[in-house]
Amino acid sequence: MRREPARGLVQHLPVIFPGLMLTIFFIVPFGTMVAVSFFRRQQGGFYVPDFVLANYARFLTPFFGNVLVFSLYLAIAVAVVSLIIAVPFTYLIARSRRVTQVLWLVALLSILSLSEVIIGFAWSTLLSRTAGITNLLVRLGLMEAPQALVPGFGAVLTGMVYQAMPYAVLVLYPSMVRLDPTLTEAARTLGASPLKAFFTVVLPALRTTLVATLIMAFIFALGSYLLPQILGRPSHWTLSVLITDQALYQSNMPFAAAMAVFLVLVSLALVALTMFAGKKLEA
Amino acid sequence: MSGLVLKGVSRDFGPVKAVNDVDLVVPNGRFVCLLGPSGCGKTTLLRMIAGLDAPTTGTISIDGEDITRQPTHKRNLGMVFQSLALFPHLTVGGNIAYALRIRGLSKEEQARRVEELLALVHLPGYADRAVSKLSGGQRQRVAIARALAVSPRLFLLDEPLSALDAKLREAMQVELRQLQQQLGITTIVVTHDQREAMTMADTVIVMKGGEIRQAASPVEIYRKPADTFVADFIGSTNLIDISRDGDRAMLLGRPTAVPLPYGVSKATVSVRPEDVELTAPSSELPEAKITFVRDLGGAIEFFLDANGAQVVAVTSPRARPEVAVGDRVGLRLDPARSVVLTR
Repeated sequence: MRREPARGLVQHLPVIFPGLMLTIFFIVPFGTMVAVSFFRRQQGGFYVPDFVLANYARFLTPFFGNVLVFSLYLAIAVAVVSLIIAVPFTYLIARSRRVTQVLWLVALLSILSLSEVIIGFAWSTLLSRTAGITNLLVRLGLMEAPQALVPGFGAVLTGMVYQAMPYAVLVLYPSMVRLDPTLTEAARTLGASPLKAFFTVVLPALRTTLVATLIMAFIFALGSYLLPQILGRPSHWTLSVLITDQALYQSNMPFAAAMAVFLVLVSLALVALTMFAGKKLEA
Repeated sequence: MSGLVLKGVSRDFGPVKAVNDVDLVVPNGRFVCLLGPSGCGKTTLLRMIAGLDAPTTGTISIDGEDITRQPTHKRNLGMVFQSLALFPHLTVGGNIAYALRIRGLSKEEQARRVEELLALVHLPGYADRAVSKLSGGQRQRVAIARALAVSPRLFLLDEPLSALDAKLREAMQVELRQLQQQLGITTIVVTHDQREAMTMADTVIVMKGGEIRQAASPVEIYRKPADTFVADFIGSTNLIDISRDGDRAMLLGRPTAVPLPYGVSKATVSVRPEDVELTAPSSELPEAKITFVRDLGGAIEFFLDANGAQVVAVTSPRARPEVAVGDRVGLRLDPARSVVLTR
């Protein structure tokens, strides 16, 4: 179907509203943030309009560099682990009966209704020495004495994967359900074991969705600032935690804005890289 | 026993018997069509032969080797699916080479075999095309080439031509048959199209309600159907009641030469429309009134009302009888071409 380009105000109306909303709620705040990142901080006060690069310069220290690297590392780890768990899980529910599918999806969606704070404290209890799951392992005779698994990197990762998994499943599910089941059957008749068929047919056929899921989980994890504080040590704090700290407790808006802009740029670059790699793989 | 042998194979889906106690022997090199209306169990039977579905009871063996519990990927077969199931992420060559890649053949061997197969299905030089860029008939050929890549023991096709338009379908039927004869490979095709089955098969197996109603050559199925279902399902036919009146058999109210087996008082006669001859009315022949004439160019169909029974006769334009709607005519049924069916 060929469409005529829209002419006049009336025909443009359908795009004007979303365009307006996008401008008011995204472009303006983001532009403000970019602007603020160049402002000068006033000691004891707020900030004054200016054009200084000091905020960015301050950022280029080993300390913040390390935090940035750790943030990216954590976000990538969360994205990869979520994908590794979500793919087989979604594949299995997509192949099961309708009722089973609905039950699992509802259970999964209910995780999304939990607040991040509750998730954080629930996991910190679950992984604690006094009331955690290690007590169960001791009871079962698999462990000598209960152990505190929190705070630690594993705890942060667990909590964030727990939070990101439902989103990963929701992105994967539609493609998995639509995937023609005879593709796997065809692979099997051609001599591939079910496992081999999964790796040589199902995963490659879903490549675009897998990349999309990875990017989504990555960006989601990058913005997390509560769980690293609840479940991790200060060394596990992400850039988002520092941004919060600077913005809310140190009242250093310009520096917080500079870090935020930098984080956005780096994650955009990583997303572009992933998509480029995905395209390369396809060619 | 060489070839594919099914013994007492059944498959239940809950209370439904999709396939019920099927015995079947397919000698090597034979082309067999499983034919029947939808829901007759033909696809389930094919899937069990492929190992994609397991029989509830019964055994399946090839050349004496029991394969009932053997997983699909060890059966060395080629299958063409109704949806074709071409891998969307691979090129034409990648699709065809898939089975070879799984078996660890070298890249050169894969490429050589792909070219060989593409030539076989008349698509030379298509190896690097994307599957999505092909026409329906081309996709069909790629699916066939992919299934034949490893020279399988069995070549299974599930409604392979149903997505094609009528003209292309007929051409592919002939091509598929020639390909099978060229390779001499045991082939089983599932179809609901009786013309397709008649065109391609050595043996047509007519199924209904999970059971085999008749297994015979296409001509025998057409000429000597085993029961009224087969007679009606294969081509078109007239099913006319025949009954005993003393020592004579009566058909459409007149004595007839069609033999009624001894001890049977009532049965059905199947007469193909082309075996019904229209003549001048006479006291010896059943009489009928012409209710409708359909001139199809290549054939002319007469719809007749014989004492309330509907009869269809077909003649070629050359033998066109000089009759019109409303005329009364006599019906001459060739006893040699009339089949008496007692069930």
